[in-house]
Amino acid sequence: MSVNLTLLSVMGILYACGIYLILERSLTRVLLGLMMLANATNLLLLATGGYSGLAPLYEKDIPAGEYNDPLPQALILTSIVISFAVTAFMLGIIYRTWVLARQDEIQDDVEDLRVAETPSFDAEDDAEIPLETSEFPLTMLGIDGDQISNYPPVGSSEGAEETIEAGGREIAVKDADAEEKPGSQNVTPGPEGGLK
Amino acid sequence: MNLTDLAPLAVLLPILGAALTFVLIRHSRAQRTVSIALLSLTLLLECLLLASVWNGGTTAVTIGGWMPPFGIVLVVDQFSSLMLVVSSAVSLAVLIYATGQGMADGDQDAPVSIFHPTYLILVAGVSNAFLSGDLFNLYVGFEILLTASYVLMTLGGTGPRIRAGVTYVVVSVVSSVLFLIAIAMIYGATGTINMADLGIKLAQLDTGTQALLHVLLLVAFGIKAAVFPLSFWLPDSYPTAPAPVTAVFAGLLTKVGVYAIVRTETLLFPGNTLNSPLMVAALLTMVVGILGALAQSDIKRMLSFTLVSHIGYMIFGLALSSVAGLGATVFYVAHHITIQTSLFMVTGLIERRGGSSSVDRLAGLAKLSPLLGFLFFIPAMNLAGIPPFSGFLGKLGLLQAGVELGTPLAYALVIGGVLTSLLTLLAIARVWNRAFWRKPEDAENPDALLLAGTTADGRHDKADANGAPAVAQSTPEQISEAASVLGVSTATMRRKANGAVLLPRTMVGSTLGLVVVGVALTVFAGPLFQLSDQAGQEMLDRTEYIHAVLGDTAEIPPAQIVGGDK
Repeated sequence: MSVNLTLLSVMGILYACGIYLILERSLTRVLLGLMMLANATNLLLLATGGYSGLAPLYEKDIPAGEYNDPLPQALILTSIVISFAVTAFMLGIIYRTWVLARQDEIQDDVEDLRVAETPSFDAEDDAEIPLETSEFPLTMLGIDGDQISNYPPVGSSEGAEETIEAGGREIAVKDADAEEKPGSQNVTPGPEGGLK
Repeated sequence: MNLTDLAPLAVLLPILGAALTFVLIRHSRAQRTVSIALLSLTLLLECLLLASVWNGGTTAVTIGGWMPPFGIVLVVDQFSSLMLVVSSAVSLAVLIYATGQGMADGDQDAPVSIFHPTYLILVAGVSNAFLSGDLFNLYVGFEILLTASYVLMTLGGTGPRIRAGVTYVVVSVVSSVLFLIAIAMIYGATGTINMADLGIKLAQLDTGTQALLHVLLLVAFGIKAAVFPLSFWLPDSYPTAPAPVTAVFAGLLTKVGVYAIVRTETLLFPGNTLNSPLMVAALLTMVVGILGALAQSDIKRMLSFTLVSHIGYMIFGLALSSVAGLGATVFYVAHHITIQTSLFMVTGLIERRGGSSSVDRLAGLAKLSPLLGFLFFIPAMNLAGIPPFSGFLGKLGLLQAGVELGTPLAYALVIGGVLTSLLTLLAIARVWNRAFWRKPEDAENPDALLLAGTTADGRHDKADANGAPAVAQSTPEQISEAASVLGVSTATMRRKANGAVLLPRTMVGSTLGLVVVGVALTVFAGPLFQLSDQAGQEMLDRTEYIHAVLGDTAEIPPAQIVGGDK
């Protein structure tokens, strides 16, 4: 049995090109890569049928060893049909991507990016819990239990009442620093939008 | 005539149904009736099949009278028939759920007419994969279900679905190509693709060739089953699909991959040659998957990660290659199909009721809909493995089998399994606390639907549930404007504008049905465990399977055991 070197090298080249192409970001190239992989696999299937022989149509006079192996060809036919369907579907998807996004590139998952950017701090899970959460605080520690809470008692922090003029209105001094950054909560957005 | 001769009908009935529903594409009512009726018939048939092989007696059905190993055979044994029954029960529940959703939404959102034929073809592909006793027929089964799943995944063709669909299609096609390469090489090496025949002939190859073929098959199936290093496509693509589609995908598709891995490990390559790598993969799948779940705020994505993580348990039991381990795996697969699907169905309901599937935006559902809380709580606790549910029993079986083996790696898996179970509970508890128990005011921009429940018109929910007709076809902005002018709650207006019922009875009913099936798995765990242990015993033994296909004279080579006495 001799190996058909041409078929094998074509198969190898198809696999190499196919793998290169499916690693691209452009969808059309990915599709071309998938088609090449499918065809390379068809050649592999053909190669497993062994050496070429007569068409497998039964005749009494011909010994069984003379025929070609029909099974790989049946498998290839099935696989061609399947890859045809998948190619058609992929083309549909690519067209749809083009209609929706006007680009032929695979897009990033928005939710993935969002999760990746989420800080490990979670306002609700990681909030400081006041030590005294009972509805019936111990009276000797103050009416609302603030003597044993993590937070300083209301009104005790210095400069809480001081205000400063900013943007045509008065804001608390402690908020002034935050005002310098975008995303402030203290200024209502102007008529044409602006910073919120 | 033997009852098991009817096994091909498990594939043919859904395909027939697909053809009929395709003809009836303009008659949605007839379509619904036909698909539900045919799927129920399939389920009934599969229950009969399971009953006939309950006490053993694997049978092979030769298609077209071509004798194995030349023709295609379908093999009915305990494992495959149990999988058939569970998968059909789950698909029937999801089908009813989907029709309920379609009827409630007035078929506006998605082209539901194409849903029924595609869905039935998916079921046919799953049945074919479970029944197949021929490697190439298994490939065809996979392709049938995958092609149908491509269509279902991108149903409606919206931006996110197309984006997710691209990833899904490309990854699936690559895994199919790998599978086909493996088939070609196996055929080249042995000259047969009949699985029973391969069980004999693969053992005659030299160990290097065997290892190559073995690893190729495992990688191809590992992608489909989402085993750790090959699992990243799953949480990316599943959550964007419509709720019923995600539910059925989560339940069935990965389990078909697991089923194929089990067959590869027991029938084609028996013994423990690759057990250690499989154990490591199982451990990593469990731990990495559940850590991913903890980072998510979207319930669907969180559940997709738990799905990946719990695939690890099945590989864990399989990699022990002991009767106890395999039996527990069989039980766990049946349990997980039911539970994971019902959780995704409940999430679909939560999304309808709460307007979002993100735990940051959901709140106060326990007060709005206690039934929803109940529906979520039971399968959630079941998934986390809280006694006495079937999740606990399955995990207990796995842990016992792991301790029985007693190697350091097995102990690492036992610890990993317990840890994963705890972390699953943590992930589930986060959803439970936020979506169900906190006040709507505490949520980040909660949907108007949630806030509506706390105002005076909370009473309207029940009244509207009987089907409020559409009163307006306007944009959300116009509606909220109108609402503020009239002083009516936005939620009520929006609900009426959509013409949609929040929690249709059919959807809740089918979810409840599946939750009850999940509880039934707990109640009937005794006989079921007996069955799965028997199935594990038979799969390790292989005699019955191979004799059923090739006749009683076939000689079975011993399993390859490397190292140690186990």
